[in-house]
This record gives sequence, structure tokens and C-alpha cells, in this order.
Amino acid sequence: MTKPLSDIVQDIKPSGIRKFFDIVSEMRDAISLGVGEPDFDTPWHIRDEGIYALEKGKTFYTSNAGLKELREEICNYQKKHQGIEYNPLSEVIVTVGGSEAIDIGLRAMINPGDEVIIPQPSYVSYEPCAILAGAKPVIIDLKAENEFRLTAEELQNAITDKTKVLILPFPNNPTGAIMEREDLEKIAKVIIENDIYVMSDEIYGALTYKGEHTSIASLAGMKERTILIDGFSKAYAMTGWRLGYACGPSEIIKQMTKIHQFAIMCAPTTSQYAAVEALKNGEEDVKMMRQSYNQRRRFLINAFKEMGLECFEPFGAFYVFPCIKEFGMTSEEFATRFLEEEKVAAVPGTAFGDSGEGYLRISYAYSLEKLKIAMERLKRFVDKLRALQ
Amino acid sequence: MRDELLSIIEKNSRIAINELAVLLGKEEIDVANEIAKLESEGIICGYHTLINWDKTSIEKVTALIEVKVTPQRGQGFDNIAERIYNYPEVRAVYLISGGYDLLVTLEEKSLKEIAGFVSDKLSTLDSVLSTATHFVLKKYKDHGTIFDKKHEDEREIVTP
Repeated sequence: MTKPLSDIVQDIKPSGIRKFFDIVSEMRDAISLGVGEPDFDTPWHIRDEGIYALEKGKTFYTSNAGLKELREEICNYQKKHQGIEYNPLSEVIVTVGGSEAIDIGLRAMINPGDEVIIPQPSYVSYEPCAILAGAKPVIIDLKAENEFRLTAEELQNAITDKTKVLILPFPNNPTGAIMEREDLEKIAKVIIENDIYVMSDEIYGALTYKGEHTSIASLAGMKERTILIDGFSKAYAMTGWRLGYACGPSEIIKQMTKIHQFAIMCAPTTSQYAAVEALKNGEEDVKMMRQSYNQRRRFLINAFKEMGLECFEPFGAFYVFPCIKEFGMTSEEFATRFLEEEKVAAVPGTAFGDSGEGYLRISYAYSLEKLKIAMERLKRFVDKLRALQ
Repeated sequence: MRDELLSIIEKNSRIAINELAVLLGKEEIDVANEIAKLESEGIICGYHTLINWDKTSIEKVTALIEVKVTPQRGQGFDNIAERIYNYPEVRAVYLISGGYDLLVTLEEKSLKEIAGFVSDKLSTLDSVLSTATHFVLKKYKDHGTIFDKKHEDEREIVTP
């Protein structure tokens, strides 16, 4: 019998912190700081709209690219917040989470051997999706001294004549780093000079705590070479609805829609109706949640300062990324001991790439009360480690 | 800062000034001054505790009373509202648009006491034309807080 498995799939390494996840999953009583999703429920009026869609029997497929009304609302949103004008009929596709958009976006653009530049630490899907699409991933290790922003020099040094796409994951999971307009302008210049494309994952865009988020697609000459990915999971606390979207040049969206049509058909209809409500009437909810995240962010940064733990101030997403190098342990050792000795689960930075070594991802998608207890335990833990040094 | 400060202490009036300063990203002294100002301007009117009396052994009966009144010349509804809200057992008085004029919330130890208040005190006021009393059977949610609902975190412990 021939071997049943694909070599490409087998070669993709499983998450390097399998062991840590296994220990965590057996500790039900641990306080977790480990999730990558909001602690808020989806606002009721949005859930209600989903329920109403079911009641009215809206249980059919939508068009492949998504409900026209939803695509129009997405275009309104991007125009209002970024000043970018997309055509709802040809430049938008509604996907099953931002994750699907990453996958089909890469598959639509990659020829065998093309290089995809991936700055790390970053979300775990980019590298495997690039490999599955037949690309060669080229990793840029982002640096703490730049507050984990991508610099034009780093980008220029990673570009070869095979480079096709840069993945630009800001606001960033796991570091919380953002890219401001002046940072993006320098990146855009390199992109245009080298005639490459950008896949800008802006799923945390609405969760920015220093001015309003800027999309690289809004800069001159960039709309035609950017796939903008966003969605409803983080901003509207809708992770379980599995709904995201991509906006970009019609020639790319057209091919993405082709893959989506054959692989997925369409995003869940109930979720799409709920998402229309989210975009129409959800701005106050986002504002309220952002304010709450921002308070927790300030609380954590202050707690680190008080315990003398090095951490740059992140202005996006709902993560902080403190440095634990002073304790002479790997991220995984630190996270494992922290879990075993204090029963708090935080994710080792190395889960998001080798350059996450020496850091810990702490999520603040938790109530202040929980964060307070967790920080008391972290303080006790680092005090103990320092006393032993 | 004012709006955000109010929204925090509306939910948690016991929070310490130094904690509040951290959450707001402001200096403690500025936060303390702002609170003092809000108090003196009568924007912060008190720091109360939300109690679910149903869980205690203390008997409490709450009634909502719709009141129709004749407004008085030059006074509108203010005078009659004052005569009603001065009774300590009256918890709240609102001027309402629609089918009646005043909504009075009353809290007493027994149904009998409420009946007594309505028949002896409220109905006998000159400008009161009629009343309709509704008793609260169960409080599900009060002051934005849902009673008796535990919110369990059902998320996975660790997700990327």
C-alpha cells in the first residue's frame, strides 16, 4: 500500500510547544492568561440579529463572495476608517475567519518557489499556510529595541528576486506592537521600489490604543498591491462565528473567490447577517470594549514596572510581551514553571517564532480581578526566582 | 478623563484612587481632584451598594406605582413630585411621558404597608387623580447588574 500522507504536510512542524499545551490542558484549576480571543460575549444586538436570521429561515447559501449587503457595509467601514474606496462587487470577499483569507490569499498569489516574507514573532498560521501554498517562507526576526516594529532596513535585507509577498501582521499577536503611519510609509516605499505585494493582517486594527489604526493600503500607491485582511472576531468579540474578510485588487480577489467557491462555498449565512448588524450598529460596543482593554493594558504595564519586569509599552491587540531573559531560562521553561508553581498559564514567546525566545505572551482578554490575582502570583514568582539567583 | 472615570466608578465605587489612576493613565492627584469636582458639582450623588435582598432573610416588597396628577400653575409637576419624594420609603420618582405622569418606586416590609402608603398618603394628595400599583415579583437585573447568573469562562485555556 502506498503511504497515505503528503510529504509537504508531514514536513510542517507541529507547534514547538506541544508539551506545554499538554500540561496546561490537564490543569483545569489554573488561571489562564493564554487565550487569543475576547472575554466579552458578542454584543446582544448582534447575537439577536443572528437569531432573527435563523427564525426568518435565512438558512441558504449566500453568494460565494458573501452577502452583498455585508460587502457594502465592509466597504463603508473601510472608507470611513481608512479612507479607502473598495468596490463591493469586485474587491471584497467574506471568508471563514481571517484565517481563511490568509490561506486563500496566499494560494491565489503564490507560484512554486516564490518567497513570502514573514516577520516574527507573529501568529502561528502564516508560515504553514505559505508552505502549503508552495512558497518558501523567509523569516524576519523583529527586535525588541524597535518595539517589535518592522523596519525598512530589515525588510530590504530580506527581499530577493523571488520575493512575492510581505505579510504585515500589525497590530501584532503576540507582541501587541503597532505600526504607525510614519513606520508604514517607509515600508511602503520599499514595497513599491521592489514591486512586491503586501498581505496586511489587520484583524486587531480596531484594538489600537494610540490614535486610530492606519492601514498600509491607505497609503499612496499601496491599494493596488495590498490584500487587507480584517474580520469580526476580535473587534466585535465574534470568534465563534468564524467570519472575516479580505479587500484587495479585483484580479486577486477574483482568484481567491475561485478557491473559496470550490473549497468552502460561502461563509456561514447566520454569521453574515449578524455581521451586517455589527458593522451598522456596533461602533459603541467596540468603543466600550477598547476602553476596557486599554484599562487592563495600563494595569499590566504598571504591574510589570512595579515588579521590575522589562516590557515595552504595546499599543495594540490585547497582548503584552514582557521579557524574562534576566532569569536565565527559556520561555518554555519559565512558562512551565510558572504554571506548575503558581498555576498561571501564559504562552511562551517561542510559540510565535524563534525570535520570541526570552519573552512571554500575556493576554489581557480577562477581567481586571483575574489579572490582579495573576499579577500577584507573577510577582511572587519573580521575587522567588530573583532570591535564588 | 471624566467620562471614562465615571464609567469605571459607576461599576466599582470602591476602587482606590491609585488603582483608578493606573487604569486611566493619569496622576493620582488629578484623579482625586476630578472626583472632588464631580462630587461638588453634584454629578456624583453617592456611593451605594447594590444588594440582592431576595437572598437575605429580610422581607422587602417593591412596588412601582403609576400616578396621574394635575400639574399646578407655575410649578408644573415639581411641587407634587417633591411632596411624594420627601417620604423616606419612596425610593425613586420619575416624570414619565405617555399614559401617566409620575412613576414612583416604593420599598416596604410588606404588601400591607405599601397598600397603606397608597391609600393614606399618595391617593389623598390634592393633585393626584389616580394611581395604579404594580408589585415586583422578581428582580432579574438591577442597575445594569444581572442577579443570580454565574458567568463561566468556557474558552479554551490556551489558544494562539
